[in-house]
Amino acid sequence: MRAWKFGDDINTDVITPGRYTVTVDRKRLGEIAFIEYRPEFAKEVQEGDVIVAGNNFGCGSSREHSPVAIKAAGVSAVIAKTFARIFFRNSINIGLPLFVCEDADKIDDGDTIELSIKTGEVHDKTKGLVLKAKPLPEFMQRIVEKGGLVNFLRSDGYDNV
Amino acid sequence: MGSTITEKILANASHKKEVAPRDFVVADVSYAMAHDSTAPLAIESFYKITDKVFDKDRVIIVFDHFFPAPTVAGATLHQKSRKFVVDQKLSGFFTNGVCHQLLVEKYVSPGDVLVGADSHTCTEGALGAFTTGLGSTDIGGAMATGKCWFKVPESLKFNLTGSTKKGVYAKDVILSIVGDVGAAGALYKACEFTGDYVKNVSVSSRLTLCNMAIEMGGKNGIIEADQKTIEFLGRDGKIFRSDKDAVYENEYEIEVENVEPQVALPPVVDNVEPVSAVEGRTVDQAFLGTCTNGRLDDIEVAARIVKGKKIARNVRFIVSPASQDIYLAAFEKGYLQDLVKAGGTICNPSCGPCIGRHEGVLCEGETCISSQNRNFTGRMGHPKAEIILASPATVAASALAGKIVDPRDYV
Repeated sequence: MRAWKFGDDINTDVITPGRYTVTVDRKRLGEIAFIEYRPEFAKEVQEGDVIVAGNNFGCGSSREHSPVAIKAAGVSAVIAKTFARIFFRNSINIGLPLFVCEDADKIDDGDTIELSIKTGEVHDKTKGLVLKAKPLPEFMQRIVEKGGLVNFLRSDGYDNV
Repeated sequence: MGSTITEKILANASHKKEVAPRDFVVADVSYAMAHDSTAPLAIESFYKITDKVFDKDRVIIVFDHFFPAPTVAGATLHQKSRKFVVDQKLSGFFTNGVCHQLLVEKYVSPGDVLVGADSHTCTEGALGAFTTGLGSTDIGGAMATGKCWFKVPESLKFNLTGSTKKGVYAKDVILSIVGDVGAAGALYKACEFTGDYVKNVSVSSRLTLCNMAIEMGGKNGIIEADQKTIEFLGRDGKIFRSDKDAVYENEYEIEVENVEPQVALPPVVDNVEPVSAVEGRTVDQAFLGTCTNGRLDDIEVAARIVKGKKIARNVRFIVSPASQDIYLAAFEKGYLQDLVKAGGTICNPSCGPCIGRHEGVLCEGETCISSQNRNFTGRMGHPKAEIILASPATVAASALAGKIVDPRDYV
C-alpha cells in the first residue's frame, strides 16, 4: 500500500471543504477528499493506501465528513505524529484506524507501507524501516475492538465502565 | 492537591469525588447539540443505537450553517433533521441564530456539561461550564444515552492582566495568544482564562476568548463564573472555582496593555501579526458576525465607526448578527440603521459566509477581512481567495477605507 504524505496542521477544510459537505453520501464524500488541496488524491488513491502526516492532522471543524471521506476514498489508516482531538475521536468512532507515530516524517510520499493494527507496527518497505506507533489507551481500545462507538453503545456500553 | 474548574465539573458530572488529568470518565451531559451540517450524520448514528432520545428537552438542534437553505441538497438535509425533531418531540429546535449564541442565551449555566457537534462548542465555557466540540457519532451517542466519555484534560492557565488600550479588543488578545501558543500548542488541553482583565471584561468578550481555544487545539475554554455571569444569564448555576493549589501543565502571563490590534493571515490561524504588517492591503469583502464576534457590543463598535460615513466602493460589507435577539437589539439601538446607511448588507443570523456556504462567498483572488475564527484555505469560497482575521473594529474601519487599516485611527 502506498503512502500519501501530507504536512503539519492539515485541517478539515483542506480534507473536506465546507462547500462540498452538504451531503451524507459516503461515496460522494470519498470523491471529494482533498478535492482542492490535492485534486489527484481521490482519483489515484488505491484501496488500502495510507495517509502519512505531521502534527495536528485533522484540526479545525468537528465535521465527521473528514474521516468518513478519507475512509470512503479507500484509505486503510492514517499515520501522523499527532492528531487533532475531535478528528481522533471521530476516526475511532467510525472505525478508521489511526497510528500515532513520532517518526512519521521518516516516511516519504510514495513509499510502500505495511501496517499491523494489532502490534502498532508501521513497516516502511521502501526504506526497510519499522516504526512503532503509540498504543491507544485501554478505554479507547475497547471502542475500537467493538468496531466503533455505535457498536460499543449497542453492546455493554457504559454499563461496565 | 487541588483541582481545576474543568476537573471539578467533570468529577461532579461523573459522580466522582475527584478526577485527575488522563483519567477516563463517563459524564452525564446537560445538553447535546447538533446543527444542520452535523445533525444528519448524528441522527444516523443515533438510530443505530436506540429510537428515543435520553431527554427531549436536553437534545438541541439548530439550523445555522446553511439557513435558509441555499441549495436543494441543503433543504434535503434540513428535511431529514426536521423529521428527527418532530419524531423525537424535541423542545429545542431553533433557526434564529448561531448555535453557540443560542446556547448561551437559552441553555448553558455554570457547572453544566455541554457537548456539541461543532468544534466551537468551546465558546460556552466562558460561562463556567465544561463545553466541548465532538463529531456527529459522539453526539448521536450522547443523544441516545445522556452520557459521554472523556479523557480528563491537563489544564493550561492564561493569566490576563491589565486593560487593553483604546481600539484593542478581546479578539486581538486571543489572536495574540493563538499566535504565541500555536495551532497545536494546547492540543487536548483545557484552556482556563483568568486574571483581572478577564474579570473586568464583558461576558461577550469572555465568549470571544473561549471561542478560539480550539484554534490552539484546546479541548475546552473555561472561565470561572461570577456575579457578572449570573446577571448576564438571568439564571443560576453551580459555580466551580479552581483551587489555589490546582495543577496546571503550563501557565502563561499576558499583560494585555501590550497587545496591539492583531490580524491572522492565511492560511492558518496561528499566523498572527500586528495589523501594521498588512496595513494598506486592499480588501474586497469585510464580514462582521459569527460565534466569535457577532454580539451586540461587536455590532456597536462597528456601527460607531461607520456612522455617518460611507464604506469604500470596492468593498462588500456584510453583517450577520449572531442571533435574532441581537439583531432586534441592534435595530432598537439604531446600529443596524447606521450600518445600512453606510452601505452595509445585513444578513440573517447564520454561519453562512464563515464557511463559504452562502451570503458572501469569495471568488479567486479576493481578500476578505473577517471577525470570524478561521482563515483556512478555501473556507469562504475559492481556494485562491484569502481570509484575514481581525477584531470587529478592524473589520469596520477597513470596510470604510477599502483597505486594511489600524482601527485606533477610527475609534
